[in-house]
Amino acid sequence: MDLFCPIPISQYPHVLLAHGGGGKLMRDLIGGMFLAAFQNPLLETQHDSAVAELAEKKIAFTTDSYVVRPLFFPGGDIGSMAVHGTVNDLAMAGARPVYLSSAFVIEEGLPMETLWRIVRSMAGAAKKCGVQIITGDTKVVDRGKGDGVFINTAGIGVVEHAQTVAPQNVCPGDRILLNGDLGRHGMAIMAVREGLQFESRIESDSAPVHETVLELLRAGVQIHCLRDLTRGGLTSALNEISAAAGLTLLVEETAIPVREDVHAACEILGLDVFQVACEGRFAAFIPERDAPHALAIMQKVSKDACLIGQVLPPLPRRSEAKAGPNFNPSPNVILKSAIGARRILDMPTGEQLPRIC
Amino acid sequence: MKYLDEYRDAALAQQLTREIHRVTTRPWTLMEICGGQTHAIVKFGLDELLPEQITLIHGPGCPVCVTPVGIIDQALEIAARPGVIFTSFGDMLRVPGSRADLLSVKARGADVRIVYSPLDAVKLAAQNPAKEVVFFGVGFETTAPATALAVYRAAQQELKNFSMLISHVLVPPAMESLLSSPNCRVQGFLAAGHVCAVMGFEEYVPVAKKFHVPIVVTGFEPLDILQGVWMAVQQLESGRAEVENQYTRAVRSDGNQMARQMMMEVFQVVPRQWRGIGEIPRSGLGLREGYQAFDAAIKFGVIGRRVEESPECRSGLVLQGQIKPHECPAFATKCAPEHPLGAPMVSSEGACAAYYRYRRQPN
Repeated sequence: MDLFCPIPISQYPHVLLAHGGGGKLMRDLIGGMFLAAFQNPLLETQHDSAVAELAEKKIAFTTDSYVVRPLFFPGGDIGSMAVHGTVNDLAMAGARPVYLSSAFVIEEGLPMETLWRIVRSMAGAAKKCGVQIITGDTKVVDRGKGDGVFINTAGIGVVEHAQTVAPQNVCPGDRILLNGDLGRHGMAIMAVREGLQFESRIESDSAPVHETVLELLRAGVQIHCLRDLTRGGLTSALNEISAAAGLTLLVEETAIPVREDVHAACEILGLDVFQVACEGRFAAFIPERDAPHALAIMQKVSKDACLIGQVLPPLPRRSEAKAGPNFNPSPNVILKSAIGARRILDMPTGEQLPRIC
Repeated sequence: MKYLDEYRDAALAQQLTREIHRVTTRPWTLMEICGGQTHAIVKFGLDELLPEQITLIHGPGCPVCVTPVGIIDQALEIAARPGVIFTSFGDMLRVPGSRADLLSVKARGADVRIVYSPLDAVKLAAQNPAKEVVFFGVGFETTAPATALAVYRAAQQELKNFSMLISHVLVPPAMESLLSSPNCRVQGFLAAGHVCAVMGFEEYVPVAKKFHVPIVVTGFEPLDILQGVWMAVQQLESGRAEVENQYTRAVRSDGNQMARQMMMEVFQVVPRQWRGIGEIPRSGLGLREGYQAFDAAIKFGVIGRRVEESPECRSGLVLQGQIKPHECPAFATKCAPEHPLGAPMVSSEGACAAYYRYRRQPN
């Protein structure tokens, strides 16, 4: 898509507070930039709400805010990420994404050209995902009160099947599948932000995953649960599912694909790759009999898709005598390490901090 | 990945484990010095592979853990001053001082930044002449050469707005202090491979001799540690007490001469307070006379405050190997990474954090 910039850049090369002030400048910005990029009839009504009809009774509805520094990173930018992230959240409920909203909180002084690049990237991502951006909002905050731009997108998807995809459906014996390698998004951001240079360029894995999920549903695969791996990476996702389902998860370290440069960067910085954020990865909890079929479908999209583990019954508590009174009984994610020993995969505390030595 | 996968080979690990079982006839207690080794042991479950007679206890080699509360408080005080850019390695940011940590001072508006090298802090000082840039120089002999180089460069560039809050510590005096304690259970050491990569291992020979303990310079990967254990047990079983080098791919007997020279150029040996342990004579590094203009404690006048530790935190006993982390009554109850009482629960190298992360569940 090659849109020529309709904003008179010579006049307003940067976003002013007035562009969020509700007056003529804001109308110019919305009309010249957002309507032009996202063009669809529902948005063009320019009403306070978009009114749309859906064929299905069951819908999925989600929202997410996107805050990322730098705004542009290898493999993506905040605009495409704001579309992919919300599309993926809908996909995790087994829904087909249909409509998005987009709300911008823009820092005064942001170059108009930068905003235009982001908006174009959103439009491109939305087109690729088959969704329409049908409503939105624009605010401008004082210089220094934002990080360039923050974007919130909400999404509506339609559920066209009778399955219930939810953590509570996870059963002992379910297989845990992963749709690709881990850690690329987090390390791509970190490399740019901290000025780290590696021999190869690490690109974000930011991508929509709904087509893979819809393909699984079309093929009749029974899906017990899906969870995308964003902040906190695989570790957080698995711990959340374990806690919600009240079951133990067992995964094998050697089965989990991590690209060599990502692994090396994590080793150097002392970061745990299983806790590093992804933006195009999900874990699928599939009954044993359907797992091979599901894996074959996922591998058609990414050859790195793989079986990483399974769901076990809840473990009996270790006897008080052996455990002592201080052992915490929940949640339960166990990693079989490369050398064959077992350990827990614990939820990260906050952001990972690079270590001293 | 090359240089990594070959040291995590499951079949070789099994083979080494069998060999350790074969040579062990009596109970032995070994201490791994470094927190990085502790984490590898707990993360890979290496202690579970060992014979029951072998007990691994976790040493004081976690730079974050042994930095006294008083110095953290000094750091917080300096960081909160207007016009200061306070730089630090990442994992010092969550370590609690007596009232707060650097992350919360940052949240209240202080300019606290993570750097990956002390030289980045020197660069920042050159780029921000109107600001005071302070680097938090902590760590063992591993990080000391880089800190020394930063001070040396700042001196060469005649930077007036760069200084360091220094809390460098040395391993051999800490080992002697542990071994001199009447409660000491340690019969052999796995010495920290990266410390020895800088310092070599000649200074450990008198320690091994004086206390009749085997000391094996050991690396950080699973096979390194298993081999280190195997070498130490063989010594103990045959009544030897020598310094041996398992980590030959990185460590020479005289270490890294250039790094040592840089350290000696900038630093002198001083007494140092260790968190949870107390003062150990000749166990730290401080700036030599010619470099004291770079001493942040002097520059900002925050010298000599001593602060009481939380009475509930037993990290001193953990750091001396006298109890295991989960034997502390506060472990995983009052003390957790989200609300730590002591530094070993915070650091990515701390023994309490290792147990919390990898060991709260039944296997």
